[in-house]
Amino acid sequence: MSDAKSVILGRIRSALSDGFTAPEPVRNYRRVSQISQEDTIEMLIDRLIDYKANVFQATEDTLASVIAERLGEKSTYVIPVGLKDSWLPADTADRKRVVDSGSTLKEHALSHRELDEVDAVVTSSTVSCAETGTIFLNSNPDEGRRAISLVPDHHICVVSRDSVVELVPEAIERITYERPVTMISGPSATSDIELIRVEGVHGPRTLDVIILN
Amino acid sequence: MTSIQLGMPKVVSYGEGNIFEEIPFPKYAKEELKNEQLRNNLRFVTHAIRGKRSKVTAELPDWQELRTTGEQTKNYVLAHLPELLEEFERNFTARGGHVHWARDAHEANQIALDLIRAEGVDEIIKIKSMATAETGLNEFLEENGINAIETDLAEEIVQLGEDRPSHILVPAIHRNRREIRDIFVKKIEGINPDISDEPAELAEASRNRLREKFLSTKVAVSGVNFGIAETGTMTIVESEGNGRMCLTLPDTLISFMGIEKLLPTFQDYETFLQLLPRSSTGERMNPYTSMWTGVTPGDGPQNLHVILIDNGRTAVLADELGRQALRCIRCSACMNVCPVYERAGGHAYGSTYPGPIGAILSPQLSGIEAAHNNSLPYASSLCGACYEVCPVKINFPEVLVHLRSKDVDSKKAVGEFAGNKKAAPTQMDAMMYGAKKLFSSGKMMSLAEKGLPMSRLITGKKHKISKLPGIVSGWTDYRDIPEPPKESFRNWWKKEKAGAPARDTAARVDIDALIAANKGKLEELHANAAKAQGEESLTAANDAKVAKLAAEAKTASTKENA
Repeated sequence: MSDAKSVILGRIRSALSDGFTAPEPVRNYRRVSQISQEDTIEMLIDRLIDYKANVFQATEDTLASVIAERLGEKSTYVIPVGLKDSWLPADTADRKRVVDSGSTLKEHALSHRELDEVDAVVTSSTVSCAETGTIFLNSNPDEGRRAISLVPDHHICVVSRDSVVELVPEAIERITYERPVTMISGPSATSDIELIRVEGVHGPRTLDVIILN
Repeated sequence: MTSIQLGMPKVVSYGEGNIFEEIPFPKYAKEELKNEQLRNNLRFVTHAIRGKRSKVTAELPDWQELRTTGEQTKNYVLAHLPELLEEFERNFTARGGHVHWARDAHEANQIALDLIRAEGVDEIIKIKSMATAETGLNEFLEENGINAIETDLAEEIVQLGEDRPSHILVPAIHRNRREIRDIFVKKIEGINPDISDEPAELAEASRNRLREKFLSTKVAVSGVNFGIAETGTMTIVESEGNGRMCLTLPDTLISFMGIEKLLPTFQDYETFLQLLPRSSTGERMNPYTSMWTGVTPGDGPQNLHVILIDNGRTAVLADELGRQALRCIRCSACMNVCPVYERAGGHAYGSTYPGPIGAILSPQLSGIEAAHNNSLPYASSLCGACYEVCPVKINFPEVLVHLRSKDVDSKKAVGEFAGNKKAAPTQMDAMMYGAKKLFSSGKMMSLAEKGLPMSRLITGKKHKISKLPGIVSGWTDYRDIPEPPKESFRNWWKKEKAGAPARDTAARVDIDALIAANKGKLEELHANAAKAQGEESLTAANDAKVAKLAAEAKTASTKENA
């Protein structure tokens, strides 16, 4: 194994022996937004709808009822352990939350099959990029581990207003590589058959985004 | 794998696997052109994606700046490859991952097989990956009793149809919905036999088929879009969620990664996250992007492997001009704008890599002299549309011409191919030799032109030539050559001006000096334009200068005529 490594590195050094050099890249593209927060939010909503996500608005006071409406009267849904309790509607006989511990090494982590049985998942988000309509999950305690926002067929994602930025570089600046990153731009989709876009293949087929004012 | 000692001290090791053109391109393309459905589908898809790409790239005011940074970043990677690979290995290993190195396709496949066997499974799930298509992993695993299930819908269609991909982004685009329905009904167990050919229903059938596989399969194999040296992070962009499934649910993940797929820093991803989706599917962003930095305890695969693959990449790197092909990020924009690809289709390029990128990558990865690779650099009209859309500014026409000249060198056994067996001279050689003699001597030329009227004997009563012999016959396949004039212009001019006084040499314009003078003015103009950028008076000022330049040029040419 290490032998292959030294052979390959040797080949590379020989290939570069003509003195090929390249300077550090220069970044002359936009890295700081020039537009207002109002316009940024408007742009995000426009792009989310364009990629067939459902968009709703809420305040801290109305969030629980908006989420309840999205879940419907009959629903078993999973939440990450760090999600704010005040965001969620009270459980009823037919609408119940299941808390995932966030790590398969800890107790109360749902198995793949259990996740496949639940109807929906509710998570928060770290940052959203308006220009591309992209929501970034960075495995924070209120976003959970990757599997919980993937296996259920319905993802309800809360985007707080102050987490919205316009540009991709601004969004990348707000995430850390230390934890897994999942970027979501609309629900799962394919265009593999005659280039006709079909929403919903393997990921959640419904993506509800709630902008929290 | 073959090693060849070049004229320079560089030793080159070519790759193996699905990177050869086994049938000469023109012959293959001729067959493919008979497939009307393929042509119709390709025309539709390439034009549709081309339009979307052009719309979403026009949306960004800094698209060209992004391309420039993309080009520079990838050049930086190539120039610093040994250090960056070791940095990546160090960081990925520090986070609990395992790094393997593979000199060629077979070694990569063998490493993967050993890892899969160590897990004691006979079935794995796969994310669409160019690298594993290049190494022929699926076939290799099958020979060794391991079933590899493709989970990308298009790859699934290709796999179930026992077919080959025709496009790197939408591999099953040569199939119509009706055919896909029939393949599904035949190959998917327990499928509703009355399923319609609606794409949504077919996608649902795929979801149902694969869900159980995602929940229960222990090992997944993927490619990698980018590996980040600074952090050891890997990333995959996708649309359907099958990627996320493979990257999240299994216990073991084995990723195939070409050694050129690196980015130096985490920040560099901000550039490519804008370049790739817009160039590829023509979307502002693909639905899902995953990033993982080694093992995350309690989340996702706890057993992570990456196989770093050479397989001819170092041979490409050794070519000073051709190495730019390694900047490629596999977006497929080049094939969507290529007039040759649009008609001939992806299969005609033989290799895993079709279209313009295939035409420059395959002959470099596996050698211009291997199989019929030397026909690939000619599979282009050199129109340069691919260069214009390339997000990392690969100069395709430049590399194509370079590879054509390598092909000629190899046949003539000159340059780096000195010592090879020289090929017998061809008709083209004879023709070019004749043309060289003719055009390099005024006397020869005028002698030949004196013979022009003779050719009127060939044109006969039709006053045209409808059929030329030998290799030039292609010229007259679709058009006639009109009858040559009775007399050449040069001879007519000589007679017309006979006895006229010779021109005064002093009145002649020194063309070289004129060009040099105007070049200075042009540079000055550009400099002023750059300075005045944003000012409204810019256009007016330039117009005045251009007019002045034109007037000066006119005076000069009048003087010459005088």
